[in-house]
Amino acid sequence: MIGAVEAEDTEPTGICEIDIVEKSMHDWQPKITAFLCHWCSYGAADLAGVSRLQYPPNFRIIRVPCSGRVSPKFILAAFRHGADGVWVSG
Amino acid sequence: MITFKLNGREVQGEEGEYILEVAERYGVEIPTLCHHKALEPAGACRLCTVELFDGRRTRFVTACNYPIWEGMEVYTDTDEVRRGRKLIVELLLARCPEVPIIRRLAEDYGIEEPRFKKDEDDCILCGLCTRICERMGNGAISLAGRGVGLKVTTPFEIQSDLCMACGACVSVCPTGHIKLEEITKHTVKPIPSEYDMGLRGRKPIYVPYAQAVPNTPVIDRDTCMHFRTGECKICVQSCSAGAIDHAQQDEAIELRVGAIILAPGFQAFDPGRYEAYGYAENPNIVTSMEFERLLSASGPTMGHLVRPSDGKEPRRIAWVQCVGSRDVHRCDNAYCSSVCCMYAVKQAVIAKEHAGGELDCAIFYMDMRTHGKDFERYYNDARDKHGVRFIRSRIPAIETVKETGELLVPYVNEKERVVEERFDLVVLSVGLETAAEVVELAKKLGVQLTEGRFCKTDPFRPVATSREGIFVCGAFQGPKDIPQSVIEAGSAAAEAGALLSEGRNSLTLTREEPQERDCRGERLRVGVFVCRCGINIAGVVDVEAVRDYAASLPHVEYVADNLYTCSQDTQESLTEVIKEKNLNRIVVAACTPKTHEALFQETMANAGLNKYLFEMANIRNQDSWVHQEDPEAATAKAKDLVRMAVAKVTLLEPLREAELEVNQKALVVGGGVAGMTAARALSAQGYEVCLVERAQSLGGQARNLYRMWTGENIQERLEELIEAVQGDENIRVHLETELGNVEGFVGNFRTTLICRGKEEVVEHGIAVIATGAQELKPKEYLYGEDSRVVTHLELDRMFMNDESALRGIKRAVFIQCVGSREPERPYCSRVCCTHSIESALHLKELNPDMDVYILYRDIRTYGEREYLYRKARLAGILFIPFSLERKPRVSLGQGALKIDIWDPLLCQDIVMNSDLLVLAAAIVPYGDQKLARMFKVPLNEDGFFVEAHAKLGPSEFATDGVYLCGMAHYPKPIDESVAQAQAAVSRAVTLLARQKIKTSGTVAEVNPLYCSSCGVCVEVCPYKAPTMREQGPFAGKAEVNPVLCKGCGICVASCRSGAMSLKGFGNDQIMAMIAHM
Repeated sequence: MIGAVEAEDTEPTGICEIDIVEKSMHDWQPKITAFLCHWCSYGAADLAGVSRLQYPPNFRIIRVPCSGRVSPKFILAAFRHGADGVWVSG
Repeated sequence: MITFKLNGREVQGEEGEYILEVAERYGVEIPTLCHHKALEPAGACRLCTVELFDGRRTRFVTACNYPIWEGMEVYTDTDEVRRGRKLIVELLLARCPEVPIIRRLAEDYGIEEPRFKKDEDDCILCGLCTRICERMGNGAISLAGRGVGLKVTTPFEIQSDLCMACGACVSVCPTGHIKLEEITKHTVKPIPSEYDMGLRGRKPIYVPYAQAVPNTPVIDRDTCMHFRTGECKICVQSCSAGAIDHAQQDEAIELRVGAIILAPGFQAFDPGRYEAYGYAENPNIVTSMEFERLLSASGPTMGHLVRPSDGKEPRRIAWVQCVGSRDVHRCDNAYCSSVCCMYAVKQAVIAKEHAGGELDCAIFYMDMRTHGKDFERYYNDARDKHGVRFIRSRIPAIETVKETGELLVPYVNEKERVVEERFDLVVLSVGLETAAEVVELAKKLGVQLTEGRFCKTDPFRPVATSREGIFVCGAFQGPKDIPQSVIEAGSAAAEAGALLSEGRNSLTLTREEPQERDCRGERLRVGVFVCRCGINIAGVVDVEAVRDYAASLPHVEYVADNLYTCSQDTQESLTEVIKEKNLNRIVVAACTPKTHEALFQETMANAGLNKYLFEMANIRNQDSWVHQEDPEAATAKAKDLVRMAVAKVTLLEPLREAELEVNQKALVVGGGVAGMTAARALSAQGYEVCLVERAQSLGGQARNLYRMWTGENIQERLEELIEAVQGDENIRVHLETELGNVEGFVGNFRTTLICRGKEEVVEHGIAVIATGAQELKPKEYLYGEDSRVVTHLELDRMFMNDESALRGIKRAVFIQCVGSREPERPYCSRVCCTHSIESALHLKELNPDMDVYILYRDIRTYGEREYLYRKARLAGILFIPFSLERKPRVSLGQGALKIDIWDPLLCQDIVMNSDLLVLAAAIVPYGDQKLARMFKVPLNEDGFFVEAHAKLGPSEFATDGVYLCGMAHYPKPIDESVAQAQAAVSRAVTLLARQKIKTSGTVAEVNPLYCSSCGVCVEVCPYKAPTMREQGPFAGKAEVNPVLCKGCGICVASCRSGAMSLKGFGNDQIMAMIAHM
């Protein structure tokens, strides 16, 4: 998504390398791990569904009983397993 | 038992069986057209011809009517057999060249064109129809004629009187030859399905609907052929469980009860009575109930929105409001049905969602009545975000354009011109009314009805009928929506419970929990159940692909997809599957664990599995609903979520739950009508109550109110209630008291009360929050600047003081929605329209010559309050509508208040002078953040408390043991506050009466061998669950009290020694999910 916005905003420069970077950024889809608290954010994510709010399908939500449950180890593990971003919410 | 060879394999059958039956049982397919399990075979079509070897020679016989015998050898698919069948098919094709089933057979046998002369028949003379007709006990048709003239017909080839139009012949005919209309003299029509509002047919033996409880088929005696002729009984023959018993009789059961609750509901108004709408003639005019089925995934069109007449997708839909409501001309339902505005808005929004943007939705209404909690926001969104058109006009008639089936709706637009619009579909928003048989029932029971034929009740006892011990709830009490019905159900239960409290638990049976299977040490066997949720999931996610993917995951033993995994029948089959496949871990890929985890866990417990061996994959709320535009990505995400869930579930272990005593005392916060009613209701059920009020006296806002819309004097009734509370031995009243602190949790709260600086701690098992709301102090219309501008409560005070100046007023003006339905306060205050009209009528009583104007946006006198609106109009009170964009302007002019308003009917500005301006000021919540934090309950953006579930849990919080009632929930009149207070009590009593509750198994635990005694866990826990052991071999190491532990896992994340773990959310389990992401 971010890549798409940049591609639109950038004036053509005529430099091939930048074009290539832009193209790959355009196709690139980030993978985001979300640790959501069962009592609030997870419920909010459910509510987003009930309200049919549409968002990109790049998140993989892991339900935790509280954001306090999220150990730094989980965040590092998520990056180690290929996450491009980690979101802790609670 | 007879043994013979079938295609070389030894098989067995019973004496008297035919080859075809045995072959079917062994899975050997033999083609046939004239065979039906319920009928004696005829060998008519000859397709089932097989080769028989009797030990000496080979011959051909028809399998359907050749009895088996010992030692015979049968071959069903030899070259000879195929050649013979091919010839038969060729002959059939020559006779019936256009019949699909024959053409398919011909294709199978490689026949392109028959070599014989082609006929144009579509009957293969198999005789199934005549045989089934006989079985039905009828014999209306038979095979008549000879040779080439042989055909199926009725006696004398005329429409038969004997034929009962049951349609059995049509249902068995393989070629579609039978036309019932040609056979019978009776009208041919399907048996209308009650569930699908007649939009679909059903069988005489049927399950009322997929989620019916009990989920058992029933026989409709009026249409079942056995009950009509004494024959048939095919169902008896085919039910392997032997469950069919036609001799069953209705039973009269006599019960001795202490209370009766009436909940007979409503019937939808039948618009067939309105000739001008042409509902009976045009299938494209549907009632809202029918439209509901058209939108439903389990409806006749599977949720695909089409016109009933031609199955085309409509592009324009109109809703016509108030059909059978607010109407004394074409019916005598003078009341407002309360729910139709909101359901029409909802249907329009959902229709737009289904149609995907191209659909035009228009709602023709008189007053838009979206007075429920959060309804006004929904209405605003429908108009502003979804583009639903709202047109204020009553529709006189609907005309049909014959050629196209379109509908012409004439209406008067804002410019007072009659215009016409074309629509493809018109939905009549039919009202609610009491059925004739319910009126009859009321008569039998001796309970009084209102003029609208609803049950008569008292505002201070809204569910008590005129007869002691009989209570009422739901739409029979008055037209209402689901939340209010649920509230009244609780209220009626509390009233009945108070009568029966002495006998509590004396007749109860304790449910025997199935023995839990010890599955430790077993090989992992995961069952994955993927839910379609109608089209909610299956409409976006490829459910079959997800299911098949799940089957490929390690340890997965069983997979299935279900239409609704949560339905009763699926729960039963789930239990069976768990037992049968010996599953020991379950994954349900469906909606959200927040709403459905408990249900599936109960099913697991019923199947003897520990309920913690369970994980849900949220593929609806967090997938199909939010990625509607990208089915591929949604399917990929669903697979990922299932994989993660399976990875976690394999690491889960059975958990135990701790038991907890429930303190039998209650705390009620707020001493208004709601709080006092709650306290009284709790006391009536035998519980001690501590009632806390911040003011100096009990009564709350009701102290400021003059009279009910039904005319009762509020102050008198309020005094009675206060006296009752004060004289109640079970109730301790704490005036001028606020809450300082709340500790503990469900069943064991410790609350600090502060009364004039003095602190006192009370222990209680539950709490009811009834802190109310207040009247807004307006900042417009010269309020506060001119003493003649007053609010409702101020005018009520003047009424109560009987101020003589009121009689001298020449003109009084009311302005509605002051501070309500505004951008900064986008909710309707629900009570003000009725209040204004009631006050206006009282002014008219004081001085009949007084001019009274009510300036309004929509008059929302819902339910039977509508009578008051009518009465006001008849009394000469004038109503002038205004819009938010053109609000009235108030100024001072020559001693009088000058009010300017744009009159849309006259299309001009009106200026009027007035001696009294009454502002229907909004009801605003206290928005008590401190209280909300203390009980850990949420407030919404308007400042009202948020209930557990808007529809199904309106009187309780998601936080266990805390309940909600009165205006702290949403603005509401006294009767509704009383009902909700009783409902809150009824919910609370279900907890109190248990006396013991089980805590969650999801708690932290310490491995003392790893514990370094650092004390961080003790420090960080908000619930004080971990402590340091004082004795024993591990003294000095931490331990967790499972009763206090809420399972948040903060201690686990904080433990630097790795000694803490959280059951159900262990490090390994979460790590597994991350690794499988």
